[in-house]
Amino acid sequence: MALRLSALQRLLLARLLDLAVVLVAVSMIVFAMIRLIPGDAVAIMLGANTEVTPDRIAALRAQIGLDRPIHEQYLGWIAKVLRGDLGTSLWTGRPVIDEIAVHVWPTVQLTVLALVLGAGLAVPAGCLMARLRGGGADAAMRIVTVAGLTIPSFWLGIVMILALAMVAPSLQLLGYVPFSVDSVGNVTRLALPAFALGLPILANLSRLVRSAMLDALGQDYIRTARAKGVPERGVVYRHALRNALIPFVTSVGIMTGYLLGGAIVVEQVFAIPGLGRLILGAIAERNYPLLQATILMVTLGFVVVNFLVDLLYLAIDPRVRA
Amino acid sequence: MRLLWFAVALVVVQGLVAGFAGFVAPYDPVGQDIMARMQGPSAAHWLGTDQFGRDVLSRIIHGSRTSLFVSALAVGVALALGGTLGLVAAFYRGWTDRLVMRAMDVLFAFPVMLLAIGVVAVLGPRQETAAVAIAVVYTPIFARLLRGPALVVCESDYVTGARAAGAGDGRIIFLHVLPNLASVVLVQTSLLLSAAILVEASLSFLGLGTQPPTPSLGLMLAEGRNFLMLAPWPAVFSGMAILLLAFGLNLLGDALRDTLDPRLRGQP
Repeated sequence: MALRLSALQRLLLARLLDLAVVLVAVSMIVFAMIRLIPGDAVAIMLGANTEVTPDRIAALRAQIGLDRPIHEQYLGWIAKVLRGDLGTSLWTGRPVIDEIAVHVWPTVQLTVLALVLGAGLAVPAGCLMARLRGGGADAAMRIVTVAGLTIPSFWLGIVMILALAMVAPSLQLLGYVPFSVDSVGNVTRLALPAFALGLPILANLSRLVRSAMLDALGQDYIRTARAKGVPERGVVYRHALRNALIPFVTSVGIMTGYLLGGAIVVEQVFAIPGLGRLILGAIAERNYPLLQATILMVTLGFVVVNFLVDLLYLAIDPRVRA
Repeated sequence: MRLLWFAVALVVVQGLVAGFAGFVAPYDPVGQDIMARMQGPSAAHWLGTDQFGRDVLSRIIHGSRTSLFVSALAVGVALALGGTLGLVAAFYRGWTDRLVMRAMDVLFAFPVMLLAIGVVAVLGPRQETAAVAIAVVYTPIFARLLRGPALVVCESDYVTGARAAGAGDGRIIFLHVLPNLASVVLVQTSLLLSAAILVEASLSFLGLGTQPPTPSLGLMLAEGRNFLMLAPWPAVFSGMAILLLAFGLNLLGDALRDTLDPRLRGQP
C-alpha cells in the first residue's frame, strides 16, 4: 500500500494503536476481576445481603452471565459496555451507569481543583526555588519538599478540620453541594480537600520545575537570548520556562492517576459523596458488578487523560515531531 | 552528605524502634484501661490514650512495625518480580522485551490506589492482601526503572566478555548486570518503600488493610477520627508517625541518589 504518511501522522497512528491495545487489555483485566475471587463469587455476593439458596445462586449467576463460556461472557460484556450499558446494580436494581454519573462529579471536581492548585502554584514556586541556590537554602528546600511529598493527605485533612473547628466552630467544612445549587458553598467546601490532596503534587512538581529551570538556564540558547539583549524577565519566562515546562506536562498525566486514587481516600475524610463512597460501599456490600464497572470507567478516564497529555507533549515539543 | 546521615539515622532509629516494638513499647498495644480513656499526653502516657484507654505511643510503635513489615514485604516481592522482568526484557530484547513491557504498561494504566483497592476487593481485606496489592502496583514500576539502565549495562564490554567466556544467561543477568544496577535499586527501593508506607496507611484507613484489633497506623487514624473533637491525640499522632516513616525513607532515597550519582544532583 503506497500510503504516504508524515512522521507526525505515523507517530499519531502508533499512539492510537497503543491506546487501543491498552484499552482492550485493561478491559480484560477488569472483566477477570469477578472470576478471580477465591471461592464462589456468587455465593459471597449473596451472603452479604440475603440467605443463600441454590435458586438464588442460579438466578444471580445467570444475571451476571457466569453460566456461559468465558469468551462469550467477555464479548457480551464488552458489547454492552460499548453501548453504554454497564448492567444494573445488584441490590438497588438501578443502572450502574446512573450510579456512577451521580458520584463522578464530586471526584472529578476535587481532582481538577487539586491539580489546578498543585500545578498552578508549582510553576511560581519552582521558579522561586531555582533562584534561591546555595547550601543552606538547598537543604531547607529539600526537607520542605520531601515533607510535602510524604504528608498523608487524609491526615492533613483531619488536622485542618480539627484546627478550623477550634478557630471557627461554625464553619461548614464537610459534605458536598453541587456547584449549580450553591456555587460559593461548593467551592468553600472543596477548598480544604483540594489543598490536602494537591500539596504532594505541589511539592513534586515544584521540584521538577526547579531542576528543569536550572537545566534550561544553563543552555546555549539562554546565553544567546541574554547576548542579544532580551531582558532578564523575558529570558526566564519566555525562553527558559517554556522549555522547562515539557517534563512538567508529562508528569501532569501521571499526577492525575495519583490524584484520582488519593481523592477516594480524601473524600472519606471530608464526607464527599464521590466515587470513593461508591467504591467502598460496593466493596462493603460485595456488589462486584458495580465495583467492576466503576474501576473500568475511572481507569478508562485515566488512560484517555494520559493519551491527551501525550498529544499535548507532541504539540509543545517540536523535537518529537521531527 | 550531612542530609544523608540525618536520613540514615532517622530510618535506623525508626527501624529499630519498630523492630523491637515488644521491648520498646511501654504498654501492651491492645491492653485496655477503661478508667484511663481519652486522656491527653501525660507522664504515664506520653502521647495520651484512646477511646478504650489503650496507650497511644505503644500502639504507634506496634503500628509502625505493621506498616514497615507490610510495606517491606510488598516492595521486596515487587523488586524481585518486577526487577527480574525488567532485567529479562533488557537482556533478551526483541519480542520478549515488547511482551513484558507491554504487560507492564497495562498494569501501569490503572491509577495506583484504584488497582490496589481492586486487588484487595477481590482477595478480601486483610494485612496480607494489602501487601499483595502493593506488590502488584509496584511490580511494573520496578520493571520500568531497571530496564532502562539494564539496557545500557547489557551493551557493555564486560557483558560481552562474560558471554564470550561462556557464562549462562542467568549468570550474566544476576551476577554481571544486576550488581551494576545496585545504586538504582537502592535508591528506588528506598523511595518506593516510602510510597508503600502511604499506600498501606491509606488502605488501612479505608478499612481495607490491617483489621482491628491489630495496631496499624492507618486504622488508628480512622478510629481516632470518630473521636476527633473529644480526643484528638490518637488521630494526630498516628498520622505524624506515618509522615515520619515515609519522610525518613524518602529523604534517604533522595540523599542516596545524590551521593551515588552526582550527575543527577538536584533532580526531582
